[in-house]
Amino acid sequence: MPETKTRKPVVEGWFTVDEHPPALLGSRCTGCGTVSFPKETVFCRNPVCQSTRFAETRLSRIGTIWSYTDARYQPPAPYVAADPYTPFAIAAVALDNEQMVVMGQVVGGVGVEELHLGDEVELVVDTLFEDGEHEYLVWKWRPTGRSNGGATSRPTGTER
Amino acid sequence: MTGDDRRVAVLGAGMHPWGKWGRNFVEYGLAATGEALLDAGLLWTDIQYVAGADTIRNGYPGYVAGATFSQALGWNGTQVSSTYAACASGSQAIANARAQILAGLCDVALVVGADTTPKGFFSPVGGDRRDDPDWLRFHLLGATNPTYFALYARRRMELFGAKEDDFAAVKVKNARHGLENPNARYRKQITASEVLASPMVADPLRLLEICATSDGGAALVLSSMAFARRKGRNGPLATIGAVSTVTPRFPQTVIDMPNFSTDSAVAAPVKGPGFKESVANAAYEEAGIAPEDLDLAEVYDLSSALELDWYEDIGLCKEGEAERLLRDGDTAIGGRIPVNPSGGLSCFGEAIPAQAIAQVCELVWQVRGEAGPRQVEGARAGITANQGLFGHGSSVIVTV
Repeated sequence: MPETKTRKPVVEGWFTVDEHPPALLGSRCTGCGTVSFPKETVFCRNPVCQSTRFAETRLSRIGTIWSYTDARYQPPAPYVAADPYTPFAIAAVALDNEQMVVMGQVVGGVGVEELHLGDEVELVVDTLFEDGEHEYLVWKWRPTGRSNGGATSRPTGTER
Repeated sequence: MTGDDRRVAVLGAGMHPWGKWGRNFVEYGLAATGEALLDAGLLWTDIQYVAGADTIRNGYPGYVAGATFSQALGWNGTQVSSTYAACASGSQAIANARAQILAGLCDVALVVGADTTPKGFFSPVGGDRRDDPDWLRFHLLGATNPTYFALYARRRMELFGAKEDDFAAVKVKNARHGLENPNARYRKQITASEVLASPMVADPLRLLEICATSDGGAALVLSSMAFARRKGRNGPLATIGAVSTVTPRFPQTVIDMPNFSTDSAVAAPVKGPGFKESVANAAYEEAGIAPEDLDLAEVYDLSSALELDWYEDIGLCKEGEAERLLRDGDTAIGGRIPVNPSGGLSCFGEAIPAQAIAQVCELVWQVRGEAGPRQVEGARAGITANQGLFGHGSSVIVTV
């Protein structure tokens, strides 16, 4: 029965599980301020920064769609697919404050025909798959219905 | 050094036809090596250095290809290297051999790569590997390789007005190019309506627009310019003028396989060109030529749409103009700057450690005027462009 299953993040420490609203947990370099997701723990990726100290940081919950697609065919293992397989959309989302792009599945029931570049999405924590004991959780993106202006936007830099 | 000293000669090129043959990869590598040695007029025992491009299949995280091929050819005490850099493995093997030659450590070297691939989506090495982004992207997101190709394709549509018809037209063009290539796996004319009727895999990309996984092998015999002159050769001598194996620069803010997040630009602004453009720029700079000097290009069309990105990244046109180049017929054989006259990955499918070497084989045959029905008229200079998983640039310039 679903109510007896334990909710468990599919990967530990990458996002909040019991907070409302939820957030991705990244790191911020104490030397240069570079944000990383997943967390950087060893050495800053900024080539001119020598820092090895990082603080946990909550990433922006709201971003805009940089691009999107879907998975019409079941991805191979280690993806754990529902049976029968249900296609899902995937979005790459630009976060303004962090000036980075984070991919995630789009919540179930939202198809590519409902998505556009520049659409605003928010972070949610949702079921990725279940087994007999656990409901495994992952971050996903959910459209808010707002948009920053669509196709002309270039959320991160001028590059493709 | 003079400019001449910075080039290496391509004495021989060879391939085993691409397909789904299901045999051991070593067999394909040996067939390609035999053809390359025959082309060079040399024997295996003349080879002083072997640079193998590794396959990750057959149970090892990086099959030790250099020694595997050397053993199969007959142990000969040859200096050897084995390289894995995903799709860029072949270029790195070429770079290794070239460095040995340019350093004067050897005169003549063999570069070889071959693969046997499973059917379907590429998937990561097995096990429970939660520290590997390539494993995690499948587990957490179900993000396959076509997922990434589709993200780029969708941006072309929304930013530059690319149409599904444009992506289909790339496939139709490459299918036509590959028709007469005896090494191509798919040699069948495809129509745009067939492409557009094929199943959607990762919106907006369809099955016939995503490259397959193939078996195949490719080899090159490289030498110093002095060795090539001593040996002599009937007909034009192809040379390699540049090998680019650069990484991206921080912050890399374009999502790239196998990552599911980019660098952050908060501490260091994005400067200069994007990664793929910088891969080609490094090659142009080393060879001392510009995109205008090219007669052809072999680019990594992992998807039909990705070929359009490469037009811009290798400088054939400005950003947003690739569709116009395609529609004008500039990139078809007979056009201003034919792209993928071999038929590209579209007709070959990808045999990972062999593919970057195969791209160079095509340039060699083209600049020598030996490409038969797919010959690009008057070809004298060409570039390959490619990118290996995790940030391995790959570009080689061949001139005659």
